[in-house]
Amino acid sequence: MKVVIIGNGIAGMTAARTIRKLNRSAEIVMISGESELPISRPALMYLYMGHMTHQQIQPYTRRFWQKNRIELLLGWVTRIDTKRQVVIMADGSEVPFDRVIIATGSRSSRVGWPGEDASGVVGLYGLDDLAALERLGAQAREAVVIGGGLIGVELAEMLLSRGIKVSFLVREQGYWRNVLPEEESRLVTEHIRAHVADLRLGTEVNQILANDQGAVTGVETSDGAQIPCQLAGVAVGVQPNVALATASGLDVRRGIVVDGRFQTSAEGVFACGDCAELRDLNGRVEQVWYTGRAQGEHCARTLLGDNTEYRPAIWYNSAKFFDLEYQTYGDVGPEIRPGEVHFVCQDRERMVRLVADARTRNVIGFNAIGVRLRHRVCEAWLAAGVAVDEVKDVFPQACFDPEFSRSFGAFEQMGET
Amino acid sequence: MNTPWSIDAVAHGRRGQHLFATFLVGLGFAMFVASIVVPGVFGQVPWSATVGAGLALGTVGLMAIGVFYLLALSYGGDEPGIRNDGVWFRGLQNRGLLGWFAAVVFTTFYVVLYWYGEVLVGPIRALDPLAQLMTGGPADRWFLYGTMYSALVLVFGVRTGLRYRHQRYQLLRTLSVVVFQLGFAWLLPYLLKRLHQPEYYVTYFWPLKPDYAYPPGHGGYLFDAGWVGAGMVAISALLILVVTPILTYFYGKRWFCSWVCGCGGLAETLGDPWRHLSDNSLTSWRVERVSIHVVLLLVLVTTGLLWADWGLGTYAGQYWLGDYASGMRSWYGFIVVSMFSGVIGVGVYPLLGSRVWCRFGCPMAAILGLQQRFFSRFRITTNGGQCISCGNCSVYCEMGIDVRDYAQREQNIVRASCVGCGICAAVCPRGVLKLENGPVGERFELADKPLSALLEALGQPPLGDLRPPSSVEGHGRDS
Repeated sequence: MKVVIIGNGIAGMTAARTIRKLNRSAEIVMISGESELPISRPALMYLYMGHMTHQQIQPYTRRFWQKNRIELLLGWVTRIDTKRQVVIMADGSEVPFDRVIIATGSRSSRVGWPGEDASGVVGLYGLDDLAALERLGAQAREAVVIGGGLIGVELAEMLLSRGIKVSFLVREQGYWRNVLPEEESRLVTEHIRAHVADLRLGTEVNQILANDQGAVTGVETSDGAQIPCQLAGVAVGVQPNVALATASGLDVRRGIVVDGRFQTSAEGVFACGDCAELRDLNGRVEQVWYTGRAQGEHCARTLLGDNTEYRPAIWYNSAKFFDLEYQTYGDVGPEIRPGEVHFVCQDRERMVRLVADARTRNVIGFNAIGVRLRHRVCEAWLAAGVAVDEVKDVFPQACFDPEFSRSFGAFEQMGET
Repeated sequence: MNTPWSIDAVAHGRRGQHLFATFLVGLGFAMFVASIVVPGVFGQVPWSATVGAGLALGTVGLMAIGVFYLLALSYGGDEPGIRNDGVWFRGLQNRGLLGWFAAVVFTTFYVVLYWYGEVLVGPIRALDPLAQLMTGGPADRWFLYGTMYSALVLVFGVRTGLRYRHQRYQLLRTLSVVVFQLGFAWLLPYLLKRLHQPEYYVTYFWPLKPDYAYPPGHGGYLFDAGWVGAGMVAISALLILVVTPILTYFYGKRWFCSWVCGCGGLAETLGDPWRHLSDNSLTSWRVERVSIHVVLLLVLVTTGLLWADWGLGTYAGQYWLGDYASGMRSWYGFIVVSMFSGVIGVGVYPLLGSRVWCRFGCPMAAILGLQQRFFSRFRITTNGGQCISCGNCSVYCEMGIDVRDYAQREQNIVRASCVGCGICAAVCPRGVLKLENGPVGERFELADKPLSALLEALGQPPLGDLRPPSSVEGHGRDS
């Protein structure tokens, strides 16, 4: 059996590894137009900031791929001929397959602002973005970063590390407020402010200003202010990369439509990761590192004949905002929803939130800022439905902070009882 | 943006101050060089003891003030946190011209110190007043070396402390190596000397300091020093035979290598700017496993031969082994102690990272490593599926352990070479790694498996052993 994997992001590379784990004989080819060896996307910022070299952000060495007989192919795919079962490359060559996995990931979203196509407008998704940043950043003295989410704060940190003055525009009244509850958002916002002097909350963009040569000169905000800059970082989310699937005649909505086994509308054609839309889960599109990995692994299993349907595991995610780490487990919304009780333990630079079901008193979610939690413990508590009062009592069991770190205070209930 | 030292200071528009601070360090260094060169030209030290002392103070003072100034520019007013910005852009840190220059300076200094000590007469005489005060006698090159070493650990200890001030583990560990170096590897031995006792370093013992266990008349200068010396030998024996196994069982080799040891102390302070240069390839691992145990074998053989010769001489009046034994001793001293731990160990900091000796040569690390690997509660726990494969841990591991290789496969890290510095956990942007001590048997479990825990909790059978067949492993997991 010959499996072709298109895309070598975390979904694609995990699928490749998993297929090899479970099947010694399959022929595996992994194609990428970005880089022959897979890289870790979350590490792109560290490459730009000089923490690491290009080779060091590759999770596995060339030797690893050779040893596991996973062929790496550099090139862009234009179309999949599902009838003839061949992948057609941009140079006209063809790669035959028995099964193909589309793991083309996503790309930076665009909003449609005037001036959005000016040179000097960059996102942060792949190596080409980094090359653009490198090129533009060499001349830029001022930059505007648009988008108060995970990538925006990374862009701000990156540009600051190169001595570029950054203005950071956040649409909500607090950083990532559409995801983080008020207290978390406030803590992170204050932390960001300590690094980025010009942090503008509640600010939207009217247009991006450019000169006659089509180079960015500034950003005009919704309140009419014009912020001069030579570089505009746009980080307003990502959308699935579906062009290949569309060109190949697959069923595409927001993402590439797949069933619970990551099977697309064409036989033998699978899709997973950021680009996939999970039909049986209300058209859900999961676009973080951890879901990419989980989907890649599951897709590999079903491709090899396992009929288990994909069921998202207990949600977790993590991030780092400048020096402040964030972890979340289970179900924590940006507001206290009816039927929930929240408990918060907080000091000046860190906090933990426990969310519980008001009726059963069982814990249903954790948020941690500036505190490391133990994945296994939190997940076990969520899975077993442990009472929140018990969790509060034994909370140090979930602590994953380095030795000698300061211990915790008491949890206080938020909102009305 | 290829600035030589601190991209941050330049970025914040303090180029002038930055240059001035660098100038101070350079001036101090120039004074040091002058204090060596001038007496060489004149054939004698042309200045009085007072001027010499002033020169010493000036040299140390200028360099310390310069370094502290640079630190203030880089870290002052900055939020605490990991600051590795531009590490790979700076020539001093990326094996550029400045890096090679530093390596040449370090190496040259060691060569001169070991084999051309008389060249250093200027700086040595300059330390006479201090030596008088501490040891009751004039300074020699080892006093110069010990003093410089301790000063570097102190000054760069401040740097390490500042860099990692957001984690208490790092602060305490840095404080510990500085205190052990200054107190037990500098003050105490010289005070003992003043009391006409042997120069004894309580923090070094056999096999790192093999002479302590050498027999009387065979280089075992503690044995040669009567009852006090014998007492010191007894303390050393107790430390290596009893204290070491107990502490290593409970805490891993870190209790010594990154909390107490002087070599480790220098690596964690002066060497910290170069920790990312430690090679983490499979080849290095293969070499290190052989070389470190070969050195251990060498020290065992050398010590054994010397005792055999002593025994034969004392009880049988036979001396035929003497040449071999003393030959081994001097070769071990030359190749391992002088060349490996000194010239190469510190000389290549700016090229191959700060732990080359600890990793490829130190016989103490070999013993501690064997114990850590097979009989210790220490491990680095991987936090479930949190790894994002970024690689910071592997890059900043001074021992060249490919930490990510374990973390991204959700395995705990149990490696003989790990010195427990904890920087992998500090640089991890997702809180994936934690140094901890726990039951020995659980260390090797396939780390935390949240999915299995979940399925078990839901009353379903766990997924079974997901361990890949050996063909898919990266490095595998062995000592």
